[in-house]
Amino acid sequence: MSLRTPLAAARGLGSAKEGVDHWWKQRLTAIALVPLLLWLGFSVALMGTADYYTVVDWLAHPVNAGLMVLVLAVGFWHGVLGLQEVIEDYVATEWKKITLIIAIQFAAVVLALAGIFAVLRISLGA
Amino acid sequence: MAADRDRPLSPHLQVYRLPLNAITSITHRITGIALALGAVLLVAMLVAAADGSQAYRVAYDLAASWAGRVILLAFTLALYYHLCAGVRHLFWDAGYGYGLDAARRGSWAIIVAAIALTVSTWALALTVNGS
Repeated sequence: MSLRTPLAAARGLGSAKEGVDHWWKQRLTAIALVPLLLWLGFSVALMGTADYYTVVDWLAHPVNAGLMVLVLAVGFWHGVLGLQEVIEDYVATEWKKITLIIAIQFAAVVLALAGIFAVLRISLGA
Repeated sequence: MAADRDRPLSPHLQVYRLPLNAITSITHRITGIALALGAVLLVAMLVAAADGSQAYRVAYDLAASWAGRVILLAFTLALYYHLCAGVRHLFWDAGYGYGLDAARRGSWAIIVAAIALTVSTWALALTVNGS
């Protein structure tokens, strides 16, 4: 016997009030990151210790610029979801937990935008 | 009273030898956190590159140093490990790979795959860069 009301069961949002939203987006970004990270791993090995002109030339190519923007956007999104899970597991005090999660979300947006903006500056030759 | 060896024990982390599946599980989490920190370095490199050759010179000197190369290698290893372990999570989500034997084989598979991907990536990159 379920103690849930029929309406709550129909909504399917559970105790977290958001249903499987977090879980689903973590998986969706994970799938997207499979090909992206294979590219990033090779790119880091290829360009990690390259000189300025080699790196800028490489990053100016539309394919590399596009993939890097995707890596930053999807990667930071996935990272926020993952770090939120870690914080929820290990930080028990409510205000510390919420503060940390918000700080990470803000930092991720700033970092992702900084990275994407840098890629576009190089790619568009500004 | 003789100890009943078949009784399950609650893991007491200081004295308990973690099984392989527990090690691969916590490593997935640790590499995830490490990759988030690595992402900050990646953004720093990109911003330096966009800023110009002088700013990139500083980033280059750090990346090409002994410590920088170790971090680059560790970053790719963490990346491939998290990727492989993540794919295993997707298989679990789809309902495959459960049971002790399957989990143990999967654990070894992601360790071997992560190392193989790291080695072949650097071998390929060094070959391309060398030519």
